Order: sequence, then C-alpha cells, then structure tokens
Amino acid sequence: MSVEAVTVDAYPEEGAVLPTRQHVTGFGFYVYLLSDGILFAALFAAFAVLHGATDGGPDSHALFSARNAFIETACLLTSSFTCGIAMLACDRRNRFVTLVGFLLTGVLGAMFLTLEVREFSDLIARGAGPDRSAFLSSFFTLVSTHGIHVTCGLLWLTVLLVQFLGRGFTPAITRRFLCFSLFWHVLDIVWIALFTFVYLIGGYL
Amino acid sequence: MFGKLTLQAIPFDQPIIMGTCMVIIIGILAILGLITYKRKWTWLWTEWLTTVDHKRIGIMYTLLAMVMLLRGFSDAIMMRSQQALASGNAHGFLPPEHYDQIFSAHGTIMIFFMAMPFVVGLMNFVVPLQIGARDVAFPVLNSVSFWLTAAGALLINISLGVGEFARTGWLAYPPLSELPFSPGVGVDYYLWSLQISGVGTLLSGVNLVTTILKLRAPGMTLSKMPVFSWTALAANMLIVAAFPVLTATFAMLLLDRYLGMHFFTNDGGGNPMMYINLIWSWGHPEVYILILPAFGIFSEVIATFSRKPLFGYRSMVVATMAITLLAFTTWLHHFFTMGSGADVNGFFGVTTMVIAIPTGVKIFNWLFTMYGGRVRFTSPVLWTIGFMVTFTIGGMTGVLMAVPPADFVLHNSLFLIAHFHNVIIGGVVFGCFAGLTYWFPKAFGFRLHEGLGKAAFWFWFVGFYLAFMPLYVLGFMGMTRRMNHYDDPAWLPYLLVAECGAVCILVGILLQVAQLVWSIRKRDQLSVDARDPWDARTLEWSTTSPPPAYNFALLPKVEGLDAYWEAKQGVNAPMHKNYEPIDIPKNSGLGFFTSFLAVVGGFGMIWHIVWMGVLALFAFLVLLAWWSWDEHDEYELKPSDIARLERASLLTS
Repeated sequence: MSVEAVTVDAYPEEGAVLPTRQHVTGFGFYVYLLSDGILFAALFAAFAVLHGATDGGPDSHALFSARNAFIETACLLTSSFTCGIAMLACDRRNRFVTLVGFLLTGVLGAMFLTLEVREFSDLIARGAGPDRSAFLSSFFTLVSTHGIHVTCGLLWLTVLLVQFLGRGFTPAITRRFLCFSLFWHVLDIVWIALFTFVYLIGGYL
Repeated sequence: MFGKLTLQAIPFDQPIIMGTCMVIIIGILAILGLITYKRKWTWLWTEWLTTVDHKRIGIMYTLLAMVMLLRGFSDAIMMRSQQALASGNAHGFLPPEHYDQIFSAHGTIMIFFMAMPFVVGLMNFVVPLQIGARDVAFPVLNSVSFWLTAAGALLINISLGVGEFARTGWLAYPPLSELPFSPGVGVDYYLWSLQISGVGTLLSGVNLVTTILKLRAPGMTLSKMPVFSWTALAANMLIVAAFPVLTATFAMLLLDRYLGMHFFTNDGGGNPMMYINLIWSWGHPEVYILILPAFGIFSEVIATFSRKPLFGYRSMVVATMAITLLAFTTWLHHFFTMGSGADVNGFFGVTTMVIAIPTGVKIFNWLFTMYGGRVRFTSPVLWTIGFMVTFTIGGMTGVLMAVPPADFVLHNSLFLIAHFHNVIIGGVVFGCFAGLTYWFPKAFGFRLHEGLGKAAFWFWFVGFYLAFMPLYVLGFMGMTRRMNHYDDPAWLPYLLVAECGAVCILVGILLQVAQLVWSIRKRDQLSVDARDPWDARTLEWSTTSPPPAYNFALLPKVEGLDAYWEAKQGVNAPMHKNYEPIDIPKNSGLGFFTSFLAVVGGFGMIWHIVWMGVLALFAFLVLLAWWSWDEHDEYELKPSDIARLERASLLTS
C-alpha cells in the first residue's frame, strides 16, 4: 500500500519565487478598480445619451456653476497629493507624516463632499432634482456615484486610521493603505473626467 | 412599518404555488431536523458554512447550481405542459399572470443561479489545483462571493411564496418593467436578487483573475497553462469587464422605480432602448462567460480520454482570447429590429459571423485531438461528442440569425428560443455535466456510476432534440415566444413532441439524481484509483483525492504543458521530502453574515421597508469594520504536521 504516488514537486531550494501578499492584494485591488472604471463608463454613456433629454426643463448651461466644480476639483486634487505624501511616508515608516497626510486627505475629501451636497441641495431647491428629466437623472446618478465612492473612502480611511493609531505599520495596515491610495487616486481620475465632460464641456461648450 | 408587505402577499388562493411551497418547507424542515438529529450543526458551521477553502466553496457553488437546475427545470416543464394543453379552446392550467412569472423565473434562474454557479463552482474548484496553487488569491472574499450568490438565489425563491415574481421576461425590458406597468414587487425581487448575486460574481471574477495571473506554480508560464485555466482566465476577465455594466444598468432601473427618475421611462425624456443596449453589452459577453469554461472542460476531457495532447494548444488559446475580445462587439444583434439602419446592423451582423471562425477552430481542434487517439467512450466523452454535434447545429442557426434580414423574420420567434437553448444546453449544460463527472472523483475520492451516467446522457441528448428541434419549425411557422395560449391547431403536434422531449430530459435528471445517490452509497467500490482515475494530464490529478486543505504539500514545479503526464512518463525516484511550513487561511463567518444581511436588506428594499434596508446596510458596515480588526487570518501548518497528513492520505488512497 505504501507505493509512492507520482507527484510533480518543486523543492524549496529550486526557488519558489511566489509574489508577496502585498503584491497580490495590490494587483487584485487594481483589477477591482478597473471594474469600477467600467461601472463609471456605463454611467458616463448614459449621461452622454441623455444629455440633451431635458424634457423642457433646465439644461446644463442653466444649472452648473464651474466655480463650485473648480473648488471641488482643487480639494480632490490636493487630497490626492496629500495621499501620495502619506504613502511615501508610509514606505519610510514615518508615523507622523503618514498620519498627518491621511488626515489632510480625509479633511479635503470631506470638504469636497460638503460642496457636492450643497450643490445637490441647491439644484433640488431650484426644482432641478433627479426626477425632473432624464438629463438630470443621469447627472445626479453619475456624480453621486462618485460621491458615494468618496463617502465609502472616508469611512474606510477613518477605520484604517483608528487601527493605525493603535498598531502602527503592521503588514495588514500597510497593505490596506496601499489599496486605499489606489482607490483614492482612481476616484481622482474619475473626477477629472466628470469635471471635463459634465461641468466644463456641459456647462460652457 | 412593513412597507408594502401584508398578509395578502402570500397567495393562499393558488393551489399550485401553495403546494410547491409546502413541499419546499417540509423538505427544508426535514433537512434541518436531520442535521439536528445527527448533531451535525458544529460540523456544518466549521466545515462548510464558514469555510474559505476554494474546493469546498466550489462544491457549494455546484450544489447550489444543481438545486437551482431542479427549480428552473420545474418551470420549464410547466411551460411545455401549458403549451401542450392550451391550444384552441382549451386554456391549460396556468393563468397568464402566473405563466408570465414562470417564464421570467425560468430564464433568470437558469442563467444566473444554475449556469453561472455551475461554471463558477467548477472554476473555483479546479483552477487553483490545475495551476498548482494552494488556494485562490483572496479566500475570504471567495466565501463572500459564494454567499452573495446564495443570498440572491434565496431571495428569488422567496418570491415564490411571498409576493410575486417579475412578469417581464428574464431581462426585464423597460418600459414594461417600469413602475406604471409593473407596479408590484416582482420586478423588485428580480432587481435586488440579481444586484446582490451580481456583486458576488464580480468579486469572484476579480479573485480568479488575480489567482490565475499571480499564483501559478513555479515554472508554469502562461504558455504552459492548461486550456481550462486559460478559458477560466478569459471568462473571469469578461466578468470583470461586463458585470459592472449590469450593476449600473440595474441601478438605473432601480432609481427609476424607487426615486422616480427617468432613465428608461416613456416620459421625462427617458430612453428605453438605452436599457436594451446596456443590458446586452453585458448580456452578450455573459454567454461567453458561460461557454468559454465549458470549452475548457471539453478540451481537458477530450485530451485525457484520447490519451493525446490537445491538438493545436496555441490556436486554442488564440481562439479563446479572440472570442473574449469579439464578445464586446456583437451585442446589437439581439435587437436588429431596433431600427439602427442598414450600416449598423450590417456591422454587427458581420462581427457576429466572425465569432464563428474561432469557434470553428476549436471544433476542429477537438476533432483532430480524437483523430488517431485511443478514445475511451466514458460518460464525459459522451457529453463532449454530444456537445460537438449539438453545438455545431446551434452555431449554424446563430449564424443564420446574424443575417439582419433573416433576423427580422425570426426575431422573438421560437426559432430564437430553439437557437439559444441549442447552444446553452448543448454547450454550457453538457459541459458542466462533463466537468462534474470528470472532476467528481477529485472532489470526493470516488467516481460516479458510469452506467447511470451514460443513461442520463442519452435521455438528455434525445430529450434535447425532441424538445427543441420542433421549436425551429414552429418559429418558421410564425409562433412567437412566451405564449400562454394559441389558436392555430397546426402548432399542437410540434408542441406535443416538445413536451415528450421535456419528459425525456426529466428522466435524464432523475437518472442523474439516482447516479449521485447510488454512487454515494457504493462509494467504496467506486473509490479505486481515485487519485488519477482517468490517467489524466494536468496538475490537479497529482495530488490526493480529495486534496488536502493546502492542495500540494510541496508546490509543483512545471516544465511543460501537461506537467503531470510528463512526470508520469519519467522515473520517479523516491526522495526524501523536505516540507516547509504552509500558511493556511482561517475560517471566516464574514461571507455567511454578509449574505444574511444581504437577504434581510434586500427583502426590506423589495417591500419598501426602508428601515430594514438601512439597518442591514449599517450592520454590514459595522461587520466589515469589526472583521478588519483581526489581522491574524492565517494559521501555520508545521512540516511535521504536513508529513503526518501526507502519510495518512497515502495509506487511505
């Protein structure tokens, strides 16, 4: 019975060069972000199709203030910058700069969200809510999907920072910081597309 | 307090539904009672419900698929019986509003909860073993994916007894699926259950893409990767690229229905055709998500049982990737009648026909693999040959409908129904059964009974032709799909033949159940050579059956295609094995609890019990934060433990 079965073994010294967990998680998260990009692509497509479908209601020229959107953009871009600083500090295991960088990221993200909520409530007060026309449905859905992502990012960051304060740079926390920073930068890229197509081209051209 | 939910939601006056519900409830109670009687709750919780082992998750996916096959088939045979009875003055036994729910549920369940879990389950089980990995890249996420799919399946089945299901067909086209025309909760059941399971599928796609691209065994370059893993990679890349579109589309329809938005409505500037474009730009890739892994299964089966390397490995890979890309260029052929004009229709007609070329390459590769081989006609091979014949016919009718003028005649007729059942049953379902029979001994350590398997194949095969060939004729005669009643007596004979076919398939399914029961009871006789019962070629057969939690005590080293076959040809000098510690992921209840909250939240939203939905969402966020607190999600297996486990498994096998 003790016949040795045929196996296909690699011996440890022959070098299992498997990628690290950090690398695998980062890659997997990146693949997820690609899928998120496609989610946004579908919403952009809906906006493109329904852009002119105002049903006699206000169109984008009448509604959008590029000034507000510009401040929002500044907030978000700066927050990406501070997030990048925090990640550099994280690589050097500098607790203080990491913490301050991420805190600034969170504050700027919250400012962005406040501005967005104000813009939305203002539009709804002027009778241009998401149920007014197909154009506004697609506008609100596209922009608020980005906003919901930012909100989730802020919740995530809060939990992460609480854990970071208690534990410092554990492998899990650096891994999650990596994923968070990827997430945050992708949201920035999505916002740049939003700013360009919805607010600049939609509002001015 | 309870939104739209009242006691009237339970259809007490419908004997068919209430009878079915009673049987289901008694069945569930019997199973729960048996678990309690045998004191198996702890075992169930630790070994299955909280497991993060890809093999067990794969088995649970497959089990879910088989249960849902029974549900979807019940719908099918009810529809066939209705059409066999409801000719002329007779009206059959199903009132129109019930019949409409049945065909919607049949399509939805068969695609989302039978075919998808079957394919995903097989990929989950096989791919890590085949590429020589110890698990998928994200084991806990894998469990979450499975449990979200299960949550969706549960919700859709709750609609049987509480409330109603959609009457809109399996893709819920607006404006019919909008609030003014479908005011009930049926469409909401449809949307929420598919949103939940869709997220699960997307996550499992991310997981398997990462696994295949990052965790292959040392030496296994992409050009040495078995074809099933290639097709799994293609299917999962399609999942990652297509499922977000489904999520976005359903989200828009949900917003229309819940917040009064105007994406697809008739008023307010909405555009229903946008829904149909969006849903098919998911839906067409979806059919390749289902069929590509089936192609992979046939490739493994045919090479193993012909005792030859697969003919044209490289062309097989190229064809797979070509289909993956072309999958996104053909969606408009589902609605040539939209009226986009000759140029657009012509373009999509051509891209559709182009897909037949890589598929044809595959068929010839399989034929040439068999040519000159010593083919053993086991039941997986029967499913494969049955597939090659059936799928070729289905492919040809597909190319026929890719001609836009022909499609204008055949659109929404039974010809179309016959066509897609021809490729889905003949391709996906036959493939899943071939894969099930082929890998069953790897999963459980014993084979399935061959005689019953072959009998089941012949009943399925003959039943399929009886059930669907008449539908081609009926399509030419002008019979449209989804008819509850018809006046033309000339259609009746064909529908009676189709009914006979459905009964044949029923016998086939019963034989499969018998095969399963018989094989489990006689497993001692069937467990001979379970490690490598088919004299196979790829790495999954080089470990024990069932494989240990860590799959491979020592990671495989791959030097060529068909690595295990090559190893078997060489002289295997017994060597002293130096085991190294292995990190094994710990069990996690995250998936199960997430699923529980998804069911609660989904049910709340379906019935407009907003507090319930919000509460479930909040609880989910808390659960996630709480789960993230524990960073020690792995435990270490020492070399001495591994050596002991390996000795024990060698003695038993």
